[in-house]
Amino acid sequence: MNPNENIRQAVLDGDASGAAALARVRLDAGLSPLEALDPFIAAIREAGDRFELGDFFLPQLLMASQAMRAALEVIFPPGQAGPTLSRGTVVAGTVQGDIHEIGKSLVCALLQAHGFTVVDLGGDVSADRFIEQIRAVNPDLLALSALLTTTMIQQKMLLDRLAQEGLRDRVKVLVGGAPVTTQWARDIGADGYAPDAARAVDLALKLVEK
Amino acid sequence: MPSRHPKFEIIPRALVEDIIGEAFDVLARVGLFVENREAYDLLTAHGGRPAGPVDPDKGTGKLTLPIAMVEELLELAPNQIRLKDLRGETEVTLAPGRTHFDPGSAALFLHDPAAGVIRRPATADLRRYVRLVDRLPHYHLQSTALVSGDVPGPCSDSYRLYLALRYGRKPVVTGTFRKESFAVMREMLETVRGGAGALAQFPPAIFDACPSPPLMWSDLTSQSVMDAARAGLPSEFVSMPLTGSTAPITLAGALVQHAAETLAGVVLAQAAQPGAPVIWGGSPSAMDLRFGTTPMGAIETMMIDASYAAVGRFLDLPTHAYMGLSDAKQVDYQAGLESGLGIILAALAGINVVSGAGMLDFENCQSLEKLVLDHEACAMAYRMLRGVERRDEVMALDLLAELPAGGHLLTHPHTLKWYREEILVPGKALDRRARGADNLADLPTAAQRAQQEVERLLAAPEEPWLDEAVIRELDRIMEAELRAAGAAGLPKG
Ligand code: B1M
Repeated sequence: MNPNENIRQAVLDGDASGAAALARVRLDAGLSPLEALDPFIAAIREAGDRFELGDFFLPQLLMASQAMRAALEVIFPPGQAGPTLSRGTVVAGTVQGDIHEIGKSLVCALLQAHGFTVVDLGGDVSADRFIEQIRAVNPDLLALSALLTTTMIQQKMLLDRLAQEGLRDRVKVLVGGAPVTTQWARDIGADGYAPDAARAVDLALKLVEK
Repeated sequence: MPSRHPKFEIIPRALVEDIIGEAFDVLARVGLFVENREAYDLLTAHGGRPAGPVDPDKGTGKLTLPIAMVEELLELAPNQIRLKDLRGETEVTLAPGRTHFDPGSAALFLHDPAAGVIRRPATADLRRYVRLVDRLPHYHLQSTALVSGDVPGPCSDSYRLYLALRYGRKPVVTGTFRKESFAVMREMLETVRGGAGALAQFPPAIFDACPSPPLMWSDLTSQSVMDAARAGLPSEFVSMPLTGSTAPITLAGALVQHAAETLAGVVLAQAAQPGAPVIWGGSPSAMDLRFGTTPMGAIETMMIDASYAAVGRFLDLPTHAYMGLSDAKQVDYQAGLESGLGIILAALAGINVVSGAGMLDFENCQSLEKLVLDHEACAMAYRMLRGVERRDEVMALDLLAELPAGGHLLTHPHTLKWYREEILVPGKALDRRARGADNLADLPTAAQRAQQEVERLLAAPEEPWLDEAVIRELDRIMEAELRAAGAAGLPKG
C-alpha cells in the first residue's frame, strides 16, 4: 500500500481537519516543510487529473482544494517568514464592469489544486486594485477573466497600465473568458490565453517554468 | 366545435403557492443586495429596510423587503403587454394563451458551416440573421441575437439593436451590457416609433435584465430596470439560478430563489414607475458539476423553466423562458433533441416569450441553419397547441361506412376539405420524402438542407420597412455613438 495512502484519502475525500492533522504528524516527525508537503501535492494533482477526466465532480475538487489548503496552512503558517510552497503566485480577478465570476473561480480552484498560491480579487476589479495587488504580492502571474464583449477591452487597458507603471516585465499575464480568443490575447500583448480551467493550469505551469 | 389546447402542469398549485410564500419570506427575512445607489434609495423609500452595512463608496448594501411592500408593488404590474412591430402594424400580445418564439440573444459566436469554423460575427452576419428572422413567420419577435465583432466593445450592445431596427421588422428582445447604453438605445427606439409617448403605448422592444445569483441586483441591471420602466419599455427579468453553484441544488430550492430575485425585479420596476410592464422570465441552469458548465438543454433546466412559468402565471404576469436551445456545438442530433424538447415543453407550459432558437453551445453561439430547423419545431408546437379539433358531429362512422373494401379517401370531399388544416406541412429543411439513394453521401443531413433553405430565404430582395428619414436618423445616432467610442464610422456590410 502507498505509505501515504491516508494523506491521499484525506485530500481526495476533502477532509480538511484530517489533512491538517496528517500534515502536523509529518512535521512532528522531523520532515522539512517541502518533504512534508510532497504527498499532499501528489494527491491534489490526482484530484485535478480526475476532474479533467470527468471522474471527479466540481464539489469534490473544491473540497480537495480546501483539504490541501488546510494542510498548507499547517506546513507554511500564513504570515510567517520562511520557505513557501509554490509553483508560483497568481493574482486573479474578473475585470472592471464585469461580474461574471464562476469561470474565474474555477480557474482559481484548479490553479490552487495544482499548487499555485492564488490571490483571488473577485469580480468587477478595477485596474487600480490589480496594480495595488501586483505591487503588494509581486505575483508570477496575473489571471484576467472577462465574459462580456464590453469588458474585454479592460484586459487591454490593464496591460497598457502595467506598461505605463513599469510593471509589465514583472508579471506574466494570462487572459480568458467566453469572448476571449487566442487572437485577442496576441493583439493585446498578453502572454497566453486558455479556453478553459484545465488548459489555464497547463499554460500557467508553462509560463512559470519559463 | 371548440378544441381544448393541450397543457401540462409540471408542479401542483400547492407547490406554486409554497414557492411564492417562501420567496416572500426570503425577501423579508434574508433580503438581497442592491448594488445601484438609485435603486437602493428608491427601494428604501418604498419600505425596504437596510439589512447590513452600507458600502461607504457606493451607498448601497443589503435590503430586506417587507411582505406588505412586495404585495403592494406587485399588484401594480400589468398582466398583459402589447408590443407592435417597427412600423406599428402587427401587434404581439403577451397574455395568457399566447406563445411567441424568438431567437436566443447575445451570442458571441457564429456557427459558419460555409467557412467550416465558429467565429466572431460582423455586421454582414447580423444583417443576414435579422433578415432571416423576418422571413420565418413563426418567430413573432426578433432578438439582438449576435454581438458584432467589428465595432468597439462599448457599442456592442447598442449596435446590435441598431442593426435589428435597420434591417428587421419584428419587435426586438434586447438589453444593455453597460449602463450608459440605455440612453442611445431608447433614442433609436423613439426614432422608430416617433416619440416617447408612442414608444410607451406600443413598445417595439423588450429589455432583458438579469439579477445576479444568489440574491443580488447589480448596478447595471438595476439601472436597466429603472430606465426601461420610466420609458414604458418592458423589462424581462432573466433570473438564472445555477443549481448547486449559485443556487440550491434542489429544483424546488432554485425555484424559491428564482421567485425571490424576480419579485425583487418586479418591485424595483414598479417603484420606479407604477404600472411598468414586466415579464416573469429566466434562464436557469442545472449546472453540470463535472465540467462546471451551464447546460440549457438539461431536462432539469427545462423543468425549472416550466415550473417558474407556473409561478409567474399564478401571479398573473406575462412569462418568458430560455428554451429551445442546445449545448451541442454542431447542428446535430443533440441540438435537435434539446431544442425540440424545449420548444414543445415551453408551448405546453404556456410560456409567453420563448427565447433560444438558433442557439448552440450554452448561449454562446448562433446558427442560421439551426434557426431554420428550430422554426420547424415552432411550427409543430403551434400545430400541437391548436389541439385535436372535433370537426364533425359524427367523426368517422359515415366515412367508413361509404368505403368499399380496399378503397381510399384521397379524393374524398372530406379529405379535400380538411387536409391542409389538419396536417402541418413542414418546410424544406425536414425530410419526408421517400429515400431516393443508398449512398449516405447522397442523402443530405438536416443541417445541409437547412443551409440551402437559409440561402433560398435570403435570396429574396431586402424590403425596406422604415421611412427614409427614420433610417437616416438611425444612421446618424449610431454613427455618433461609434465615433465617440473611437470608430471611424458605421462599418460596411
Ligand atoms: C485568466 O485565465 C483565464 C482562463 C480561462 C478562463 C478565464 C480566465 N475565465 C474563464 N475561463 C474559462 O474557463 C472557465 C472554466 O472552464 C470558463 O468560464 P465560463 O465563465 O465561460 O464558464 C463558467 C464555468 C460557466 N459559465 C458562466 O458562469 C457564464 C454563464 C452565462 C449564462 C452567464 C451568467 C451565469 C451570468 N450572467 Co451573463 N452569462 C453569460 C453566460 C453564457 C454562457 N453560457 O457562457 C453571458 C456571458 N452573459 C451575457 C450577458 C449579456 C449578461 N450577463 C449578465 C449577468 C450574468 C449573471 C450575473 C446573471 C450571471 C453570472 C453570475 C456570476 N456570479 O458569475 C449581465 C452583465 C452583468 C455584468 N456587468 O457583468 C448581462 C449583460 C445581461 C443583462 N443585460 O443583464 C452574455 C454576453 C454577451 C456579450 N456580448 O458579451 C452571455 C454570453 C449570455 C448571453 N448569450 O446572453 C472559460 O471561459
